[in-house]
Amino acid sequence: MAILEVRDLTLQMDSGFILNGLTMEFWEGYVHAVVGPNGAGKSTLANVIMGLPGYRHHGGDVLFEGRSIKHLNVDERARLGITLAWQEPARFEGLKVDQFILAAAGEKSEREVDRVLELVGLDPFRYRRRAVDKTLSGGERKRIELASILAMKPRLVMLDEPDSGVDIEAIERIFEAIALLKKEGTTVLLITHSPRVLERADHAFLMCSGMLVDKGETRKILECFSGKCLPCPHQNVPDLNSISKNKSGGENA
Amino acid sequence: MPENLVEEILQSIDLHKSITRMSPHVVINANRVLSSRVVEGLEIEPEELPDGVKARLRVGRGVKIKQPVHLCFGMLPERGIQKILLDVEIEDEAEVNFMAHCTFPNAVDIQHLMEAEIRVGRGASYRYFERHWHSDQGMVRVVPAARIKLAEKARFSTEFELLKGRVGVIDIDYHTDCEAGSSAEMKARIFGRQDDIIKIKESASLEGEGSRAVLTTHIAVRDEARAEIYNELIARAPYSRGHVDCKEIIQGNGVARAVPVVEVHHPKAHVTHEAAIGSVDSKQLQTLMARGLSEDEAVDLIIEGLLS
Repeated sequence: MAILEVRDLTLQMDSGFILNGLTMEFWEGYVHAVVGPNGAGKSTLANVIMGLPGYRHHGGDVLFEGRSIKHLNVDERARLGITLAWQEPARFEGLKVDQFILAAAGEKSEREVDRVLELVGLDPFRYRRRAVDKTLSGGERKRIELASILAMKPRLVMLDEPDSGVDIEAIERIFEAIALLKKEGTTVLLITHSPRVLERADHAFLMCSGMLVDKGETRKILECFSGKCLPCPHQNVPDLNSISKNKSGGENA
Repeated sequence: MPENLVEEILQSIDLHKSITRMSPHVVINANRVLSSRVVEGLEIEPEELPDGVKARLRVGRGVKIKQPVHLCFGMLPERGIQKILLDVEIEDEAEVNFMAHCTFPNAVDIQHLMEAEIRVGRGASYRYFERHWHSDQGMVRVVPAARIKLAEKARFSTEFELLKGRVGVIDIDYHTDCEAGSSAEMKARIFGRQDDIIKIKESASLEGEGSRAVLTTHIAVRDEARAEIYNELIARAPYSRGHVDCKEIIQGNGVARAVPVVEVHHPKAHVTHEAAIGSVDSKQLQTLMARGLSEDEAVDLIIEGLLS
């Protein structure tokens, strides 16, 4: 069953169509990946789903559990259980890690803060009272953001480039957290152009130039993406003949 | 001792469990001293006035008081004037750390006026932290003024915090004169809402060789609140060093004005300043809203962090 659908989604900005007639379904409890080269519109799709300012004037519709959420603000969507982890997490001068996590947490307790910090591999004793600012590395901030999402217990989480700027140990922890989110019933949407992140998904969509090029089993999309898109032979302009062939022969999501 | 009034004041500032009879303290409600305890080397001589309290505080030569000394100034009535006149003498090589808590939980029309003369002796250390607890109605006018004189190698730091409840009107005027080798740090952190008015004038004069001062003001205003910050640092002596840091955040129709003034009279003195006024970062806001906080809740949390 689809927890989230986008229907004929279009978003036009000064440079042209960033999203161009996207229709997708995201099944509940699955780990989905949206893959594609830089500029494909992957992060824009996540921003539209989250309802961020500047991404609300789109065409088409976004449905969560069958109901349009097009009219809802970011916080209203979050209260339905939708959330987003940015590629580059925000820095909060002066705001402590525990305050940041508790702001999102359903259970407002120190025990919960410690639990989610441990889940992302950060020692609560060392991190609880640190500020979420520039004194933390990009990888540490990514893990703290993920900890806040684990505390939030969302229905659907979008992780934008979860492996960017993190070391090998941190990425393993992030992968473990993704597996945990799935185990707890959260639908995960990975925004990535990394094959190693794509491998973590149950199902994938391939995007190019704001359009859906293909969808299906992760291995198939990975082969297609690695074989045909890296490097991109069409300079981010999809080969429409190839798309129509893939669509006709592709798996139905 | 009117125990229930003491308890009410301490409860209003959440200190009823941490301040005991044994902690060095003075608790004042309006013009009455409700409770006090001193430790060896600390003298507190309060005198009740018709509209406030006059107090002389003295820490003897070489006395180092390890525990913080709590000063609780309260106005439990809804209306009235409370004048606090302080004469503080920290003698040579002495050390003391005051924590002042000013609470006006039922304020409808309250004026809290403070005038302080503070002398910190040679090599002495004086730290003064002042936290205000106001009601959500903000019908308080707070006017603290202090003149501080630091002898050679004295250390002085003061921090004023008003983050919870409405400010009402606040008008701070602190000035410090610094002799050779002394250091002064003056900090204010205030969050103004609705039609609150914040005026701060902090100044320091670096008179002696090698003296130092840092003036830090972090202010946030939202709704229709207004803030006007005037920080002045004058360096007259060789090797004196100073810095002025003013950061203001505005939201809604808030208005913030910052005037950092630095004046240097000696070629071997060095004074710097920075002033920044801006709004809450949109990415921070979106991150917190994407976790389910309303815009107001997110702004409050971001500002709480910035002012912490």
